[in-house]
Amino acid sequence: MSESTAPIARPPAPTREHYLNVKYGIKSWLLTVDHKRIAILYLISITAFFFIGGAAAVLIRLDLATPAGDLVSSETYNKLFTIHGIIMVFFFLIPSIPAVLGNFLVPIMIGAKDLAFPKLNLLSWYLYMIGGSFTLWAMIAGGVDTGWTFYAPYSTTYANTHVIATALGIFVTGFSSILTGLNFMVTIHMMRAPGMTWLKMPLFIWAQYATSIIMILGTPVLAITIVLIAIERLLGVGIFDPALGGDPVLFQHLFWFYSHPAVYIMILPSMGVISEVISAFCRRAVFGYKFIAFSSLAIALLGFLVWGHHMFVSSQSPYAGMVFSLLSFLIAVPSAIKVFNWTATLYKASISYQTPILYAFGFIGLFTIGGLTGLFLATLAIDVHVHDTYFVVAHFHYIMVGGAIMGFLGGLHYWWPKMVGKLYPEAWARFSALVIFVGFNLTFFPQFLLGYLGMPRRYHVYDPEFQVLHVLSSAGASILGIGYLIPMVYFLWSLRYGKDAGPNPWDAKGLEWTIPSPPTTFNFEEPVTVGDVYDYPTEDETPPWKQGSSEGAHV
Amino acid sequence: MSEIGEHHGALAHHFEDLEQQRQSADLGMWIFLATEIMFFGALFAAYAVCRWMNPAGFSTGTSLLDVPLGTVNTAVLIGSSLTMVWAVQAGHRGDSRSIIRNLVGTLLLGSVFLVIKALEYSHKFHDGLVPGSLFTYGGEQAAGVEMFLCFYFVMTGLHALHMVIGFGLLVWLILLARRGRFTKEYSNPVEGVGLYWHFVDIVWIFLFPMLYLLEH
Amino acid sequence: MDETTNYRAQSVRIFLALMVLTAVTVAVSYVNLGALNLPVALLIACTKAGLVLVYFMHLKGNLRLLWIVAGSGFLFLAILITLTLSDYFTRQAVG
Repeated sequence: MSESTAPIARPPAPTREHYLNVKYGIKSWLLTVDHKRIAILYLISITAFFFIGGAAAVLIRLDLATPAGDLVSSETYNKLFTIHGIIMVFFFLIPSIPAVLGNFLVPIMIGAKDLAFPKLNLLSWYLYMIGGSFTLWAMIAGGVDTGWTFYAPYSTTYANTHVIATALGIFVTGFSSILTGLNFMVTIHMMRAPGMTWLKMPLFIWAQYATSIIMILGTPVLAITIVLIAIERLLGVGIFDPALGGDPVLFQHLFWFYSHPAVYIMILPSMGVISEVISAFCRRAVFGYKFIAFSSLAIALLGFLVWGHHMFVSSQSPYAGMVFSLLSFLIAVPSAIKVFNWTATLYKASISYQTPILYAFGFIGLFTIGGLTGLFLATLAIDVHVHDTYFVVAHFHYIMVGGAIMGFLGGLHYWWPKMVGKLYPEAWARFSALVIFVGFNLTFFPQFLLGYLGMPRRYHVYDPEFQVLHVLSSAGASILGIGYLIPMVYFLWSLRYGKDAGPNPWDAKGLEWTIPSPPTTFNFEEPVTVGDVYDYPTEDETPPWKQGSSEGAHV
Repeated sequence: MSEIGEHHGALAHHFEDLEQQRQSADLGMWIFLATEIMFFGALFAAYAVCRWMNPAGFSTGTSLLDVPLGTVNTAVLIGSSLTMVWAVQAGHRGDSRSIIRNLVGTLLLGSVFLVIKALEYSHKFHDGLVPGSLFTYGGEQAAGVEMFLCFYFVMTGLHALHMVIGFGLLVWLILLARRGRFTKEYSNPVEGVGLYWHFVDIVWIFLFPMLYLLEH
Repeated sequence: MDETTNYRAQSVRIFLALMVLTAVTVAVSYVNLGALNLPVALLIACTKAGLVLVYFMHLKGNLRLLWIVAGSGFLFLAILITLTLSDYFTRQAVG
């Protein structure tokens, strides 16, 4: 379709050639090795998965509106939360910022023409799609009911659903994640423009680098764990079965060795986005650049030492539990360093309240709540009380939705003008940021209370005393859902009707804002000169959009 | 350096010069090998835990493996690494004939390894020493022995799979070398596959004592 | 080509060392060392792997970065194995 209509849609006036209009047609997209086009492919795919996972969440929340669980059967409910978890974790959150914004920006921000291995980059998108299709097929063919965690022995011995097919999909997608991480690492090491030293790199790049470390060293462990699950199901050997001399907790060790650091795969890139957004809209370099940069690395490394805090109430030895508890407290330090530095940057800055920084505010607040409740859970005694309750559900949604998705949306708004060359409608964008913030808190704050009162997770029939809080949460979810639909609409709208963005609508610094929007295929037409990427003027200068009738602000 | 690079057909558009391209390929391969360490390493971790929980079963299982065949295979595989080293060295000289000769040597030694491995597998199948429905071992510690054999097949199987992939890469290199693609300035693929092949060798260096020798 | 001959001689020396170590590890496995069985086997295997890494894979004289990459692979594997086993080794203590 696009092959026939696209040339007509092209404006008559001779337009500048850029990466979007250099070639047309399905083939030019499916065989592209341009990192920017691959980023767009990812954006479309992860959005599709996000709405599939979101649909499952809507059904879950609808079902939970009544204590009896009137909407779906228990079996269906189990499949719904499994679909929701698997899709959101493996097919949305993990690829979200790295594969979309990272793919688009990593080469540009360091002054390179492309990632080090462009074909590998395309391959990783195909692996993602193959894995995703496999998993979706498994869901349609009957679903899986193990939860996204695939805990043994249920997944190995008892579950009667499509465990192996789903696991295979996740296995394949894991390699997509490994290849992305590998590509980023080599690119950041080898392809920086002359003058772009490590300590001049944008903080977003530091965050992507730290994320890549986790992708590379963690993902293979998940892959092999999934293989072991499949083998145990197929052959009936007892690696995870105590009756045959195995141990189900061994599965949890291997699974969480990847899956806990995976939380940092989701949150670290968001932290990178927030650092960029805050400095652009406060018009000053981020306070404590080195601390933010190195705390990203510290999080990546420490993230591998804490997985046992998921297993405090399993048969893990209490001594190991104490060690893991201590290490889990330690990882709060680099996270807190970041929050303090962002706050210090905001302090007395001349902030302009554009949409991206609204998301950044949302991120800081919600991530702090999510992080602090994480400390509750890292405390052995409290964890015994709230383990596997809605308290845990609320905690990780504050991190993954309140943190990771807020960062993703903030970054998408911030770089959207660069990606497509058009401005989105500012008023709608601010409105939807507000809707999402309100909807999010209404959905998940009551879940802290529910969990503390003893409502276990993954149950769809519950005591009537919990209904008020569940109804509040479901109401919040419907607001949140609408909040997510609005940007989808106005982003698409902006493609055709948005105002031209120009190379630098935010008057921000950094290499990506020195080139036209959208960029040309090889990003830089002239040799790159690297200055200070946070070279903002002194405090008193008024940014362009505050000088009366400027382009950006509609409010 | 960039003078040579700009005119060299093997230079991809987004690199400045051949040296940058070579270093990137090298680093990429090493990072990939780091993921491979974790991939096999997780299996070793699971193996360690299971052996800790079932010492008798695993010890019995170990004694069921054929040490002479395993030893011969170790020697054969290390030999194939030697010819691989020579192939990489020939690549640095841009000597296509020597590259091909040594790669064929690697391929042959690798095949000997896999033939011996297949022989061992078929013995195991014949004796019912295969986890799953074919398992007929009736002695003591049957569950532990089956678990050991499961690790044996998964670990050596994944290792053999890596070798089969390596074969494909070797054939690809031989075809490239025959077309005269490798020069003194550019032999990255030979180097990369060389690293991969040595890594597969290292995995076996650990698999052999852990599976065949420990308390047999 | 003097350099080439040198290089060949070196690689053959490493190959022979690997062979000798293989023979040693097989021979030692027929002697029961009790608690030392595993450490000895691991020590020999690590030495062999080290020789392959340093000489066959040219870590010697190469970028420091590559040492870090290879080292971090083994470091994180050590973390995985140590922390996992620390759970199993201390379970008995509780009873």
